[in-house]
Amino acid sequence: MTVNETLAQASNAMVYGSMTAFTGAMVAFSISLAKGRRLETLETSVERSSASHQVRMGATATLDRPAVSTSVSDEAGRGEGRRAGNIGMSLTWLGTILLGTGIVFRGLSAGRPPIGNMYEFSLAAGFAVSLAYCLLSLTRDLRWLGVFITMPVLLDLGLAITVLYTDSAQLVPALNSYWLAIHVTAATVCMGAFTVGAALSGLYLVAQAAEDRVAAGLEPGRSAALAQRIPSADRLDLMAYRIHAFMFPIWTFAVIAGAIWAEAAWGRYWGWDPKETWAFITWVIYAAYLHARATAGWRGRKAAFVAIAGYGAIIFNYFIVNMYVQGLHSYSGL
Amino acid sequence: MRIALILLFLLALASVPGSLFPQRGTSPLRVKEFLQDNPTSGPILDRLYMFDVFASPWFAAIYLLLFISLTGCVLPRALEHYKEIRSLPPVAPKNLSRLPAHQQCYSTRPAEEIIAETQQAWKKRGWRVRTGDGWISAEKGYSRETGNLIFHLALLVLLVAVGVGGAVGFRGTVIVREGSGFANNVTQYDTFAPGRMFGPDQLPPISFLLKDFGATYQRGGRQNGAPREFFADIAVKDNQDAQPRDLRIEVNDPLRTSGITAYLVGHGYAPEFTIRDAKGNIVWQDAAVFLPQDGAFTSSGVVKVPDTVPQLGIQGFFLPTASGDFSHGPKSKFPAADNPQVYLSAWIGDLGLDSGMPQSVYRLDTENMKRIGIEELSPGETWKLPNSGVTVEFSGYREWASFAITRDPGKGWALGAAIASIVGLSLSLLIPRRRAWLRVTSTPSEGNLIEVAGLSKTEAPGLANEILQLAKLVPAPEETNDR
Repeated sequence: MTVNETLAQASNAMVYGSMTAFTGAMVAFSISLAKGRRLETLETSVERSSASHQVRMGATATLDRPAVSTSVSDEAGRGEGRRAGNIGMSLTWLGTILLGTGIVFRGLSAGRPPIGNMYEFSLAAGFAVSLAYCLLSLTRDLRWLGVFITMPVLLDLGLAITVLYTDSAQLVPALNSYWLAIHVTAATVCMGAFTVGAALSGLYLVAQAAEDRVAAGLEPGRSAALAQRIPSADRLDLMAYRIHAFMFPIWTFAVIAGAIWAEAAWGRYWGWDPKETWAFITWVIYAAYLHARATAGWRGRKAAFVAIAGYGAIIFNYFIVNMYVQGLHSYSGL
Repeated sequence: MRIALILLFLLALASVPGSLFPQRGTSPLRVKEFLQDNPTSGPILDRLYMFDVFASPWFAAIYLLLFISLTGCVLPRALEHYKEIRSLPPVAPKNLSRLPAHQQCYSTRPAEEIIAETQQAWKKRGWRVRTGDGWISAEKGYSRETGNLIFHLALLVLLVAVGVGGAVGFRGTVIVREGSGFANNVTQYDTFAPGRMFGPDQLPPISFLLKDFGATYQRGGRQNGAPREFFADIAVKDNQDAQPRDLRIEVNDPLRTSGITAYLVGHGYAPEFTIRDAKGNIVWQDAAVFLPQDGAFTSSGVVKVPDTVPQLGIQGFFLPTASGDFSHGPKSKFPAADNPQVYLSAWIGDLGLDSGMPQSVYRLDTENMKRIGIEELSPGETWKLPNSGVTVEFSGYREWASFAITRDPGKGWALGAAIASIVGLSLSLLIPRRRAWLRVTSTPSEGNLIEVAGLSKTEAPGLANEILQLAKLVPAPEETNDR
């Protein structure tokens, strides 16, 4: 089967279109963030969380406070900030749809799942991030998070189209398996969701730093400008945990699906190929994160650093191992 | 937990060198190269097991400690969980309004009725219920801890399955030419790596004939020459007396039979030569396996003819698609055999076969030999060697396929443990563990005050909604008020 060049070109046009939309969204979200203010001040966050910690120390072991709405622009950010946020949201939807169409065209042009090389994998990962964000934003206000989503997506797409680009083509025989769709899709979704998780853990660290300074009676410091525009540290920590806890079994599945495929393609289910090794390292670090969150003295800041380290391992695995380390997963097409 | 955490970090850290240095298990040749290129640091790194990280004592120490800590943690927890499952939820607290999720309403119905009916309704929704004087205590989500225990237990099973499978099984590779066969015994393998507890009785008596190997390649475009399809058509016999059955092995579709699995892992070309002495007697006739040197399958190999005087050795390149360009030596420009040619150099002298040293069949030891000529040949052409009556005929080529044949009896167990671990993990991370209470207090004016409240023992969302749902099951006609 040959490659349909018209569809391949159309796919590229869609990807460029989505990048334009995401750029606009990023600008709009930045404006929205700059104009917005959260409902709860740093001071109330500190009071509430210290109250909740006191209860936690007491007889009722762990106590889950009901969620407090801390959306950015509900009341304070009326007018400009709110309008910018809405524009950002619409442009993110547009970019996501264009990117999805580009990916589908790419697959149709070669008549196979569009996840056969690093370029296509990067498109899919960007799509996974933006789609997850769009869907989550249907039921809650996530405009404050927009800039931290569109920025990595844009970076990812930019790298894809400049450094990683490969022409649409057929697959090498080793990739010719239905496991490609299962294993690589699971890995892509995880990469997308872990990006969001890492962004939330990073924002948590910013918010926690500001709240700690307020609690100590100091000026909130430089991070306060950002901390005042995002939810409270407790809330961010909880959101990050939920994403990681939800994704960890899926990541486990992605690794096991890879092992099953490796058994059929290479004659062993686990061989410490560099890619496998780093998938294992990532798995162990995220396992450590989940343990850290249940270990006294590790909750909060330390656990957040562990989550970010896990994401670092994913990025290392994706860029460094794919492009510079010799192994069996050399499908970058570069 | 803190010890487990530290061991997890150590495990992640200890794996890193395994991905940065070449490993003997996966790429022994690159380890050799590394040791040659780094004569000072190489042996030191080698002594630290940097080329066998995953088989090293310090890596084993970390994961064994981790599994000991895991066992020490999981066993008491399993016992405690077993007790918890058999016991009732704790007594309801006095003051429900202090709990994070809380609903209340008033009812004129007697407390006993309210409690009896609510208890039934909550039970139906999967809550474990205990009642007392004017209160209900309920708990659900025990499968969270069950899942947690299943997950950790599955990891133990996985470790054992990997260890036992590797110790009892084997992995071998063999090159088979089209038209030739393979019988499953140790001597037929080119490489053979048995586990520590392997016995030859674990080699089932299968054999197969390679009838045809085929490959297709991308033609044109930036990925010109990239492989698109490989297949090997074979006739397999499960034992000597069995009827052969025809089947096809492809890259993602191995042969699975009698507990072994045979994979198609590589391929190449074997040019056919007929070599005759001065009298016209055939002194050598076969297809010689040549090993591919690049992506376009420029292949090199040798033919050793010990029976002529002096001994004859042929060193050569096989080009599936000769380009006619020699600026970088003989190079093929496409992996398919569109225009096959061989480039041969003939050597006479002593092949060195009698020295007793084992020799590679792919390499000519030319120390005691003299080159007498070079020639290029297309299929059907014959080269008359200078100053001797010997002729070399290049009659055509066959393709060869290499197979990896493995047996890993731990595979099924490992898969089962892996699946159990995902199930356990999902339960332990996604099932919320919650407690809920109902308390009926009589008030002087408005009848019975019914309070429903709950507590989440995990960080799962949706507690407030769940308590609201429970409150709706309370048989009270009056409206329920949110706190």
